[in-house]
Amino acid sequence: MSDRMLIGAGAGYSGDRVDAPGAVVRDLQEAGEPAAIIFETLGERTLAAAQLRRRQNPALGYEPKLAALLQPVLKDCVESNIPIIGNFGAANPSAAADIVADLAREAGLRLKIGVVSGDDMLDAGGRAVLRECCDDLPDDTLLVSANAYLGAAPIVEALGEGAQVIVTGRVADPSLTLAPLIHAFGWRHDDWVRLGRGTMAGHLLECGAQVSGGYYADPGFKDVPGPECIGYPIAEIGRDGGIVIGKARGGGLVNRRTVTEQLLYEVHDPGAYLTPDVTADIGNASLADLGNDRVRVDGVTGHPRPERLKVTICFDGGWIGEGEISYYGPNALARARLAGEVVRRRSPPGIRIRCDVIGVLSVLDGDAGRGWEQLEAFAAGGSTDVRLRVAFADNDRKAVERGLAEVEALYCAGPAGGGGIRSQMRPRIAAISCLVPRDAVKAKVELRGAGHA
Amino acid sequence: MPEMPLHRLAHARAGDKGDRLNISLVAYEPELFPLLLEAVTESAVAKLFAHRRPTAVKRYVLPKLIAMNFVLDGVLDGGVTQALNLDTHGKTLSFRLLELRLAVPNALVKFARPAI
Repeated sequence: MSDRMLIGAGAGYSGDRVDAPGAVVRDLQEAGEPAAIIFETLGERTLAAAQLRRRQNPALGYEPKLAALLQPVLKDCVESNIPIIGNFGAANPSAAADIVADLAREAGLRLKIGVVSGDDMLDAGGRAVLRECCDDLPDDTLLVSANAYLGAAPIVEALGEGAQVIVTGRVADPSLTLAPLIHAFGWRHDDWVRLGRGTMAGHLLECGAQVSGGYYADPGFKDVPGPECIGYPIAEIGRDGGIVIGKARGGGLVNRRTVTEQLLYEVHDPGAYLTPDVTADIGNASLADLGNDRVRVDGVTGHPRPERLKVTICFDGGWIGEGEISYYGPNALARARLAGEVVRRRSPPGIRIRCDVIGVLSVLDGDAGRGWEQLEAFAAGGSTDVRLRVAFADNDRKAVERGLAEVEALYCAGPAGGGGIRSQMRPRIAAISCLVPRDAVKAKVELRGAGHA
Repeated sequence: MPEMPLHRLAHARAGDKGDRLNISLVAYEPELFPLLLEAVTESAVAKLFAHRRPTAVKRYVLPKLIAMNFVLDGVLDGGVTQALNLDTHGKTLSFRLLELRLAVPNALVKFARPAI
């Protein structure tokens, strides 16, 4: 039995580069060591969007890029004994498994698919639990999705049954990585130190390129070679939980700086990174740059897992609309500002509205618009190519439509020289989270055969 | 002492969970870390984000990583599902932190990145 396992990341979010997994799988194959590849494609709201797609068509609701991500690597992974583990099942793991089965058939492969479900809390039993545990649960008719974060255990079970592709819905991101480590090394469910280390390896992998030069470049300050073809990360994890982060062939880089940025990404208290499996602790972590795009992570530990599981609940949040118009040349900022004020005065009473001048003041300001009165102070660079953006939100679709119509009307009735109006409207998904007892969530594992019998 | 933006001394990355923003701050060189510890305090960061009215600003220090982690509560207008901001995640705000201006002792200037 090997004392080391390689885990590669094929995707870090829904919408990631679909040609990234190829290089990862080639490097894993060449290494010839025990290996797995993970695909993390679920954000906080991705699941709600998937649930809406499933409502429209019961055969949908999984990651739309599933086939594009897996088709190029499925055969290589199966033939090289590299399990594929992904939360690309989203709101419909069963339908995602059907897609994987189709891909297997097309490739002339036989394989076992593990389907992990039970995260969905929208059934009657789940709703009863939520009503008990969540203070500000919205009305039943507004609920779009409610998913508990499962841990590594059901994936470990599927691996134990010989699954070669494992499709899950909501699973805590690092659990995708932790599971094959538990399976390979037989770590106990209360071996908090090793579980903490495996979890932080997962945390470093779960955003794909974000640890290997993605989301990092700042020209002249932090340069990234080959940013158009970044090699996605591959972690080497030892039986004792030792972690070395490297990357697949291609561009990008792994150094102390890239790893530190990702180690702290979306972390609050570094001493208590909570997952369903363990409370991981990087308060005393250190890094050693080994050269050649490899960094060793030391000093990670862990503490007992939280008593309760997190559930993210998404519900109908009304409508959001955005309209934009450009102004150029002398006095452009004053004309953009006047246009924003005209729209504000004519908008339906009570609607939530926010104005920005893109190029002068937008993302920096809060929705309260405290910078709007001092716009000129932000225009110190003197940009004369600016774009007014007006955003509206309301529970009433018609109110948002009326707001957007006022942006449209700027063409003929607004200040001079406005052009390039664009507007769009979309339903808004609101989200809250709450904690539920572990025994209220029942993970399910189903094994399916696919391909030629 | 010369004054310069934090951008020449450290790099940063922002992440969000709900209405909570975290920004990691990592010194380019170990020699710069003590200066950052002294100058980039919770109150300095709260002031920098005053227009977003944080309800709390907490700093965690990770000396072995020559890094700090700032956690700002209540600055994302309800977060990704609620805010009307173009950048509902607040991902661009790591570079707001890097705008902070610091007085840098002459002996440390050689560790700073060159001015743009």
